[in-house]
This record gives sequence, structure tokens and C-alpha cells, in this order.
Amino acid sequence: MYFIYVLSVVAVIISFIADRKKTKKAIKIGAKKLWNITPPFISILIAVSVVLFLVPNSVIVEYLGGSDSYFGVVIATLVGSITVMPGPISYPLCGILLNKGVSYSVIAAFSSSLMLVGVLTFPVEKAYFGKKFALLRNALSFVIALIIALVFSLVSGTLI
Amino acid sequence: MNLLKHISKRTIIIVTFFIFLAFSFFADYTPGVTIGVNFKDFLLQMVTILPPIFILIGLFDVWVKKETIIKHLGEGAGAISYFWVFVLAAPMAGGLLPGFPIAYSLHKKGARIQVILVFLGAIGVGRVPMLFFESTFLGWEFTLIRVIVSIPLVIISGIVLGKKLNNEGYKLPEVDVKSKKK
Repeated sequence: MYFIYVLSVVAVIISFIADRKKTKKAIKIGAKKLWNITPPFISILIAVSVVLFLVPNSVIVEYLGGSDSYFGVVIATLVGSITVMPGPISYPLCGILLNKGVSYSVIAAFSSSLMLVGVLTFPVEKAYFGKKFALLRNALSFVIALIIALVFSLVSGTLI
Repeated sequence: MNLLKHISKRTIIIVTFFIFLAFSFFADYTPGVTIGVNFKDFLLQMVTILPPIFILIGLFDVWVKKETIIKHLGEGAGAISYFWVFVLAAPMAGGLLPGFPIAYSLHKKGARIQVILVFLGAIGVGRVPMLFFESTFLGWEFTLIRVIVSIPLVIISGIVLGKKLNNEGYKLPEVDVKSKKK
């Protein structure tokens, strides 16, 4: 995360030296775009914080713990699709699942769908790219998460 | 008019939410407090990540020529485009949500649909900070296998879906124009 700050500060300084007017314009454009997207972002953060309350880590561990079948993979993909979690929260959770004896394929389904599918972020995605784009991208990403899980179920025991 | 209706509905939700939070903290209503803490955590994350990203988007807007993007990420640019978007996604912070406006800006500058789809996928599967987290908790074998399996899937699905959308003459909505209307 610090990287993005260093990068933007350096970029602004270089840009400022090169052309003051353009830099001012750039910051204005950035600020305006950020302002435009703030209301939908806030509503999504609200949805995320409510869903995370309704589906806390303990519930996720309970539902995915022990389930080893294809059913477990599908449930994991669904849970990963509807929840949004920052990496510093989700990966420790995956570690807990692993220690609880949850299979690699279930964990892969969960973590992959978490990162690729965004049911809660759908409204923002739709606003930027349209309904069809958002719908198909999420559906395909769901399938990708399932395929990744399938590969893990094939290689677990041999490669991992 | 439709947009106005949409915004007022959203405003009602947001205001109701904050009233609910205020009530919860005042009355010590545990579910409300938990939701409030969740909200604060996510808000802080976004507040720290979004401003530098949007400054970079602004700089990208004024400095990067459309021809450059078309040349490297546009219709005729070829497979190397997919390599570039993985490089672009690697240092990204914050996941899909901050990724959407970046992908949109790329498209506005001429990146083809396939490329922005692969970019969004790359954000999901190949961000370096996440790889460190993942391998710490799940082992480097897990991360390695997942990355090797994910990358071709993301690229293939992006190409297939992008081509399908292009063949149908799909156009992305004009976000900036729409927001001017209010």
C-alpha cells in the first residue's frame, strides 16, 4: 500500500516539474472522478459491513470446516462470491480453515471467488461497464474459481 | 430523472444507516456496533487507498496519449497486451473496487475490452501483496499452483468474453457524461 503512495507522490512531483498546468488539471480530474464515485462506494461499504456481520468468520469456519465434497466447494465459492474481505483478513482466515482440516480445493474455491467474483461490488461494476459485462464477467469468474478448486482436488496429495 | 430517483434512494439508505449506527452506539446495541466497526475498517481502507489511485488516474488522463494505449493495449496490439496488464495489476492495492475506475480509464484511452477483462482478472489473481499474504498462510506450493492455473483461465475467459461482447457491438456506459447530468 505504501507503494501506491510513493508512486503517486513521485508521479505528481515529476509531472509538476514538467508542466504545472497539466498537473493541476490532472489532480482536478482525479478529484472529480473520486467525488463522482463516492456515493456508490459508500453504499457498497455499508453492504459489506452488514454482510460481514451476518456472515462472521466463525460461521464461515463452521460451514466450510469438515466439508470436503464437491458440495463444500460450491458452498465455498458462493460464500467467497458474496463476501468482500481485504487480504489481511481473508488469508489468515484461510490459514484457520487449513488448520481445521478443510481441504485445499475448498480453500482455493473460497479465496479465488473472494478475489474474482464481486456480488456486493456489482452495482459499481455495472455503473462502469454495464450490466451485461458485469454479469458475464462475474459468472465466468465463478466458473474459474470452480475450475481452480477442481485442479486442487486433482493435485492434492501429490503436488501439495 | 431516473438517475435522480436512484440517488435519492441511495441517500435514504446512507442516512438511515448512519442513524442506525448512531442509535446503536448510543444504546450499546452490539450488532449495530459490530457493523459500525466493520464499516469504519473498510472506510479507512478505502479512504487510504483511493486518493492516490485517483491522482494517478488523473495524471494518466492528462499525460498518457491515446495512441500509446491503443498501440500497446488496443485492438491491433496482440498478445503482449495481456502481459502488460498483469504488470499493471501486480502492485495494485485494494482489490476489484479500486480496479474498476482504472480499467475504465484504460478503456477510455483505447484499451480493448479483452484487455480490461484480463486486467480485472489479474487484479483478482496476481497482486503481489496478496501473493505474499497467501503464501504465508497457505504455503508457497498453494500460491504457485493457484497462480499457474489462474493466469491462463483469466486470459482465456477475458478473450472469449471480450470477443463475444465486441461481436455484439457492446458499448460501455459513459460514466463521466452521466455524472455530469446531475
